[in-house]
Amino acid sequence: MKMPLGKLPESLRYILAALALLMAGQSQAQEPIRIAFIDPLSGTFASVGTSGLTQLQFAADYLYNDKGGILGGRMIEIVPFDNKQSPTETQIQFRRAISEDIRIVFQGNSSAVANTLHDAVTRHNRRNPGQEILQINYSAVDPILTNEECSFWHFRFDSHAIMKLEVLTDFIAANEEIKSLYVIGQDYSFGHVVSETTEQMMAQKRPDLEIVGNEFHPIGQVKDFTPYVTKIVSSGADAVLTGNFGADMVSLARSIIDSGLEIPIYTFYAAYDGITATLGEDGKDQIHLVHNETANPIPTEERRAFNLAFKAEHPDRDVTQPRIVNALSMLVKAMEESQSTEPAAIASALEDMRFTTLTGDQAWMRADDHQLFQSLHISVHTDEGIEFDADNSGFGLRTIHTVAPEDNLIETSCRMRRPR
Amino acid sequence: MIEVLIFATLNGLVTGLLLFMLASGLTLIFSMMGVLNFAHASFYMLGAYFAYSISLYLGFWGGLLFAPLIVGVLGALIERYGLRKVHDSGHVAELVFTFGLAFLIEEAVQFFWGPDTKNYQTPDLLDFPLFTLFGQEFSAYRGFMITISVGIFVALYYVLTRSRIGIIIQAAITHPNTVANLGHNVPLIFMLVFGVGTALAGVAGVIAGPVLTTFPGMALVLGSIVFVIVVIGGLGSLAGAFIASLLIGLLQSYAIASDVGMADLLNLLGLEFARDHPLDDLWTLTLPQIAPLLPYLLLVLVLIFRPSGLMGKREQ
Repeated sequence: MKMPLGKLPESLRYILAALALLMAGQSQAQEPIRIAFIDPLSGTFASVGTSGLTQLQFAADYLYNDKGGILGGRMIEIVPFDNKQSPTETQIQFRRAISEDIRIVFQGNSSAVANTLHDAVTRHNRRNPGQEILQINYSAVDPILTNEECSFWHFRFDSHAIMKLEVLTDFIAANEEIKSLYVIGQDYSFGHVVSETTEQMMAQKRPDLEIVGNEFHPIGQVKDFTPYVTKIVSSGADAVLTGNFGADMVSLARSIIDSGLEIPIYTFYAAYDGITATLGEDGKDQIHLVHNETANPIPTEERRAFNLAFKAEHPDRDVTQPRIVNALSMLVKAMEESQSTEPAAIASALEDMRFTTLTGDQAWMRADDHQLFQSLHISVHTDEGIEFDADNSGFGLRTIHTVAPEDNLIETSCRMRRPR
Repeated sequence: MIEVLIFATLNGLVTGLLLFMLASGLTLIFSMMGVLNFAHASFYMLGAYFAYSISLYLGFWGGLLFAPLIVGVLGALIERYGLRKVHDSGHVAELVFTFGLAFLIEEAVQFFWGPDTKNYQTPDLLDFPLFTLFGQEFSAYRGFMITISVGIFVALYYVLTRSRIGIIIQAAITHPNTVANLGHNVPLIFMLVFGVGTALAGVAGVIAGPVLTTFPGMALVLGSIVFVIVVIGGLGSLAGAFIASLLIGLLQSYAIASDVGMADLLNLLGLEFARDHPLDDLWTLTLPQIAPLLPYLLLVLVLIFRPSGLMGKREQ
């Protein structure tokens, strides 16, 4: 078909040609760097997933895109994929991400999903040399991915379960008033790691401390935790330790509080996304969390500015997972250092990287297993001394105990195989 | 030991009676319209969310009063303008309709209220321990839950068996054409029953929301178990639903409270397996670990040995 271009006035033709040139030039210089975010954005666990996505998108805009992008003006584009926290759905979404030519994948929720994704990534990378995918794990803490199942293409930016438990059990062991402990958790890989590790560590650190209960319940199936709490009460436990997250965490904590049991509860995930507001006044000084990156008191001006800017844009949300920001920042640093967006180059640059986070933490990505090390904190749920609260409830996390990264270097069984 | 038994019984009662409030509406709707309402638990969730929003302005009691009304009216409207139109296309179409409705409601709840857990609390008035036994508190709110549930059971039973409208409803279940010929408006009765059934689910949501937490997955957690109850109790039987609800509530509660597992069974048989046995997971299974799955086991057993359910009348 003959284009009717010849019929246009001369001047218009020049303008069109100029425009076409301009657009072509632009798309070449500013092709965005696309990053997939595969996590639950609908269904039972949507709350954590959407909150993570908001933070990643905000961090990309606030730290890089608004300042003219990276690698000489390229923008970061976060592409969300909804896996409904199902391993099957994750594989489908992973295929979609590949078909869209995305080479970097963020994922964090549920170790079961992370392990599935890891298998898919490993298989893909083996079959498609030169087209590898990089897995950025910002939250799945089953130690296996940086131990037996470690891989060159996987990086974890959260302290794994054993690192966190080391800190938590030290803290519990140091408290002479705690003579007995009740462990309860969800019946899946992470829950079992928590249970077994706690028993081992406690036996070493405080042989006199008795584990009076070690219970599993099906994940996401329990309607009412009161029957479990009845057992906790009658066991006479001085403290409870749990790895529960989401609705299982809130229901358990509420049932314990409602039963009038005033013993400390040591958790991994009992804050934010509605949980803090629901626990409110009743859980004050009772709920403890082990986590990275202090929330209160805020350590640096950079962190404060970041949080305030986030709050200004998303008044109903909080910066719940600073580790997402760290993961993105270290990824960008690796890209800048290697002047590349190729996963192989990024991965090599990430290895052994040292990085100062917004909170002023010295973080180190160990090359041996691709596990990030930074200081770990134990915080308490309270409304005193809280500058940045959670869920706009006035309550938030205040750090009461800190462990430096060099005091928490857990050994790894990983034997990293690097591509030649 | 005795304290665990007492509290396990109380906990089982609370759960069982709560389940009954959902199951009663579901079984009523089924016996009348022949429709298994897959969206029933979604109305329970709507009850909790409406009550939460209302409680921000009128307090808990305002929510208790108005939320079930709104849910009931919504249910009646859905019956009138949705289900009734689909009715002509047969039961499968109705089933699919309610199935889709469940998803729609869940998405709508996430759309309007967001995916986070809502801070829906018990009223201050009931924020005290009703009694303390062996150092364990039983909260007044749980007592209140029991009272409401029993009250609804009694009222429902009375209305269905003693009142004029109840007699018409019962007649409409078995002989809809005759009832219509006698001059009663059968479609209106259907709409009413659907409205009341969903309102009951709404009440359950209002009173369960604060203790079982209000989040978008709450319908999913309870949805399947309600069907189990209706099937075990016998489809369409109110008394059956009542017995099955209590049975399942107590069964789960006792199972959690117990401390027995496969290991004890093996000890009894004088067997022992090495820790690294390939079936280690099976040998170390405990009853509390599988407690929430027991109702489904019971369902399978009932379907094998008594397909019509405990109190079911239909034996085809």
